[in-house]
Amino acid sequence: MEKFTTHTGVGVPLRRSNVDTDQIIPAVYLKRITRTGFEDALFAAWRGDESFILNQPEYKAGSVLVAGPDFGTGSSREHAVWALKDYGFKVVLASRFADIFRGNSGKQGLVTGIVSQENIELLWKLLEAEPGKEITVSLEDRTVTCGELTVPFEIDDYVRWRLMEGLDDIGLTLRDEAAITEFEGTRDAWRPKTLPAKTLPKEEIVAARPVD
Amino acid sequence: MGTTLAEKLWSDHLVKKGEGGAPDLIYIDLHMCHEVTSPQAFEGLRLAGRQVRRPDLTIATEDHNTPTLDIDLPIADKTSRTQVDKLRENAKEFGIRIHSLGDADQGIVHVVGPQLGLTMPGMTVVCGDSHTSTHGAFGALAFGIGTSEVEHVLATQTLPLKPFKTMAINVNGTLPKGATAKDIILAIIAKIGTGGGQGYVLEYRGEAIRNLSMEGRMTICNMSIEAGARAGIIAPDETTFEYVKGRPHAPEGEDWDAAVEYWKTLKTDDDAVFDTEVDLNADELEPFITWGTNPGQGLPLSADVPSPEDFAEESDREAAVNALEYMGLTPGTPLRDIEIDTVFLGSCTNGRIEDLRAAAAILQGRKKADNIRLLVVPGSARVRLQAEREGLDKVFLDFGGEWRNAGCSMCLGMNPDQLKPQERSASTSNRNFEGRQGKGGRTHLVSPLVAAATAVRGTLSSPDDLEDAPAALA
Repeated sequence: MEKFTTHTGVGVPLRRSNVDTDQIIPAVYLKRITRTGFEDALFAAWRGDESFILNQPEYKAGSVLVAGPDFGTGSSREHAVWALKDYGFKVVLASRFADIFRGNSGKQGLVTGIVSQENIELLWKLLEAEPGKEITVSLEDRTVTCGELTVPFEIDDYVRWRLMEGLDDIGLTLRDEAAITEFEGTRDAWRPKTLPAKTLPKEEIVAARPVD
Repeated sequence: MGTTLAEKLWSDHLVKKGEGGAPDLIYIDLHMCHEVTSPQAFEGLRLAGRQVRRPDLTIATEDHNTPTLDIDLPIADKTSRTQVDKLRENAKEFGIRIHSLGDADQGIVHVVGPQLGLTMPGMTVVCGDSHTSTHGAFGALAFGIGTSEVEHVLATQTLPLKPFKTMAINVNGTLPKGATAKDIILAIIAKIGTGGGQGYVLEYRGEAIRNLSMEGRMTICNMSIEAGARAGIIAPDETTFEYVKGRPHAPEGEDWDAAVEYWKTLKTDDDAVFDTEVDLNADELEPFITWGTNPGQGLPLSADVPSPEDFAEESDREAAVNALEYMGLTPGTPLRDIEIDTVFLGSCTNGRIEDLRAAAAILQGRKKADNIRLLVVPGSARVRLQAEREGLDKVFLDFGGEWRNAGCSMCLGMNPDQLKPQERSASTSNRNFEGRQGKGGRTHLVSPLVAAATAVRGTLSSPDDLEDAPAALA
């Protein structure tokens, strides 16, 4: 993962609350087996609308999304993070994020900064008054700067450290492999295992057919 | 001071306490995989030269994009077929048990785990699917994860996590006739909002919860995520033990006794303190439905479509304006007057045998309204077999409905079961997001009883609205 310290890019005001991951990327785009190439799927349903913010030329190159509360609710699909990243977003700012989305973002190097709703409103006004205006996000200082305005954002200390160091989670956990093995040795024997597989007797499943 | 159930499960699975702001390392007892959120995780393992640490704690099935018709033929949609083939290849390469389309144990992961007896009290359960919270109904700590975390669990059988906050949801009183577990959870989400549970494990408690079957408890825990919660949990009791006993992977003999002895300790101490408590009185509940485009936009069926001015918060007003426009609804319209095109009975929320029985009891001897398409999709192949043994398939077919093979189906419209633009559904699933059931489709979330009554009348209805309302209602 790339290290993240500071980013400056075009801010995109998305005046919507409860942007769920079905809006960020509809399910029909989840059938790919790659981890990249999802940029066309981002906000797919809204991209068809000419007035949608990312269809306005000034915002097209956006890399800092400023969204309403409860961003990323619903489905756990990490594709939502991949789509935002593939489009070019490095940061999402909102007053509240859904937990799974925020966790997924942290794993993928997308910064999710929690900014108070009052400050989100200020950022929206600045970005709408001057479309294409740039925002600077400093992970080091935990600040967002837009013109004369500088506001703080919150992010978990550990996630911030990992993003700034660009560290891979699995590698970190595997340093504790001995502790995992030791823990496994303490488990009760009756705890279920999927193997060897046990099932009720096999039965034939009849395929349903289309009705006319 | 005592501890809550969720905290007990946390400490029971603590491999290593995090220091200096680092997360705790938590052991995972059961990891379920499906075709949509796993391919990139397996690819990650392959690229890093890593193995699956515990194939014997991992299981896979095919559910999200699989067709519910012609399942004996190659999957017509090429990208879906590729994804399913990829899961089969990955399962083979990494030695993971898989229940594929056509197998009697295939179905929605959250229906399959409990029915195999793999979901038990006291476990940690994860899956790359937000509705993993379903398994909390057994007194397990169960939550959805993203694909990076799927890879993490495959490689290490653990997850680095910060402790969740705890919220008690006390549902006291007795559910009136015609109100169900689905109405409880829709009312809770409307009360605390789609972000109300963020960072929390919700522990559902109280008389109305104790009186629910395991199916009803699963419906409630399933939708915890729609309130933004990490997980939902219900302390195990005799109802739970009875459900688990005798299932294929349930412990036997002395193991069973040892397990039950442990399971009986799994409850919140009397002197434990939750970070937050919410109360709901079940006595006053009536059938609940959603009118908008997030699961928090719900009202009793007897209400009218709300107006944006009814909301105090600016963001709620804006959300209501957007929702009303998308849903094509006019404020002041009685919800009961809303005409429906498709009724979807199924999903990990309400696709279990009890849900099908409840709906069939209402549909028995009736015919569908002319404007209605009824799609019945059992949650698993075993549910389908059981329903057929009970003759429920005949009830649905005689009524004019379609009887399909198992899968997620129209809940998320990844397979051909989708709404057309502006088509309106009454759906027993869990999400009414824009386009969730098909681009431009409009979803009203309902209980199986409301779904059935709606299929009879053609407008949003409860069983009480039917002439000769059936006497034996759940």
